Amino acid sequence: MKLTDLSLAQAARMLRLGEISSKDLVTACLERIDRHDATQHAFLALRADAALEEARQADRRLAAARSGQGTAPALLGVPLAVKDVLCVEGLPCTCGSKILEGFYPPFDATGVARLRAAGAIVMGKTNTDEFAMGSSTENSAYGVTHNPWDAARVPGGSSGGSAAAVAARMVPAALGTDTGGSVRQPASFCGITGLKPSYGRVSRYGLVAYGSSLDCLGVLARTVEDTALVLGLMAGHDPLDSTTLDQPVPDYLQSLAGEPDLHGLRVGVPREYFIAGMQPEVEHAVRQAVRQMASLGADVREVSLPHTEYALPVYYLIAPAEASANLARYDGMRFGPREAAPDLWKTYATTRGDRFGAEVKRRIMLGTYALSAGYYDAYYGQAQKVRTLIRDDFDRAFREVDLIACPVAPTTAFRIGENSSDPLAMYLEDVFTLPANLAGIPGLALPCGFDLQGLPIGMQLNGPPLSELQLLRAGWSYQQSTAWHLEAPAL
Amino acid sequence: MALTREEVEHIAHLAHLNLTADEAARYREQLEAILDYAARLQGVDTSSIAPTTSVLAPRPVLRADEPRPSLAPDEALRQAPDRARGQFRVPPVFE
Repeated sequence: MKLTDLSLAQAARMLRLGEISSKDLVTACLERIDRHDATQHAFLALRADAALEEARQADRRLAAARSGQGTAPALLGVPLAVKDVLCVEGLPCTCGSKILEGFYPPFDATGVARLRAAGAIVMGKTNTDEFAMGSSTENSAYGVTHNPWDAARVPGGSSGGSAAAVAARMVPAALGTDTGGSVRQPASFCGITGLKPSYGRVSRYGLVAYGSSLDCLGVLARTVEDTALVLGLMAGHDPLDSTTLDQPVPDYLQSLAGEPDLHGLRVGVPREYFIAGMQPEVEHAVRQAVRQMASLGADVREVSLPHTEYALPVYYLIAPAEASANLARYDGMRFGPREAAPDLWKTYATTRGDRFGAEVKRRIMLGTYALSAGYYDAYYGQAQKVRTLIRDDFDRAFREVDLIACPVAPTTAFRIGENSSDPLAMYLEDVFTLPANLAGIPGLALPCGFDLQGLPIGMQLNGPPLSELQLLRAGWSYQQSTAWHLEAPAL
Repeated sequence: MALTREEVEHIAHLAHLNLTADEAARYREQLEAILDYAARLQGVDTSSIAPTTSVLAPRPVLRADEPRPSLAPDEALRQAPDRARGQFRVPPVFE
């Protein structure tokens, strides 16, 4: 087996046993990036020399631990990539935007810091739609990322760089962020596994804010086991983020053992998630995956989430409203470039007008409108109330079932440029993922088949808040009994 | 939902965004389409529904206000496009 084909958990295990070295693993990843990233464009920044130096140090610590001196933390010597909306000290953080060109954050995001403390090696920063606003990575100011399964297609977004890097075997896992589906949809488009945890489970400190009531740090990897491993290291209370929950973090990995078995698990299939206009192969593959869960013992039944049709308009009022407030900080005064203009107000407007991209400006305009005097109640206020109804739908459904199974997206990866002239058509890509953000519940994307053109299809599992243990156990059981997650693109 | 050019200019002004005439015309059209789509929310009866501002149950998150180490002033100023005498230097607010 090639080093770059190893899963994160396999690599960590073999490193501890001394069967492979971190230097060889990091070198293999760097060679893979060197060979393929000119065409994929998954990375915006690399730290090749620093990563190799950390690998040599990790090898020394691993050898010492094997001879009884010191301990080796869980990810010692394992390479990872980080989406470029998360702060990593020593690397630029552009958020895919020209307004943060040249910005170097002076600290690590808490999620990143915890993984580094566990021994992980940050390889670089991955491409993203500008400020994570998009479903294709086409909104990056630094060029589009290509889907490893078909270079003419998008990798999904906004964590498209992370998804492409993991699918193309450049790194075993990567961090992403998910405000409306930005981990799950690119995972689905690239044929990998993606986990968006419950809101409050993982710190948002150092995650550059887009929609603060929706943003979540998530994991993209090739197996459920790997997402469980990373989540367990990142999750938990953080004094630097008052929205993190002060609740114990279960041992997610411990539940992923024994025989795949879903007896006693009630799985709901929401009838509103199989809509007219969705790609027939997607429906077929997801229904087949649900039958597979039934064959493992799950009790499958239909459920209803009657307010599903409102999730999209609710999201596209609330997220832009929060974005318009969060992005007010980019004014060219304290960091980032400043465009010269005759006075202060024109300096703000010129810097922001010149340096924000089209989608970011569109959402700032939309959000500013939804929050403005005279329209607040009709748009933002009403969206917040309908958000309550969407949460109530899930609360009711989770009294009947333990988990919900549905598609990640209505289509497989679309062509670069196909949706870029029609913002509403692009927003429809998020129709099945954004309800989980509005309700604050976890979502797991799992590869479950391919369409007629050989493009990956994803199934999504959702559970109640803080049900990650159950969600991961179900996803792991599915992967133990299927092989879709082992398929790799031919590069 | 019809938006006038003046409304679009007013929103851009509130958001401190310089828009070209082309951008303003395009956003006017696109915001109209998105707001038309969002109009379906107006038909939902929410008269007895409380808004969701956060999915988390309200809980005390205050801490004692005690001094602790933070970013050094030099470090905080390092990324500034313009600085003077240990402070951010900005264009004049008043002439």
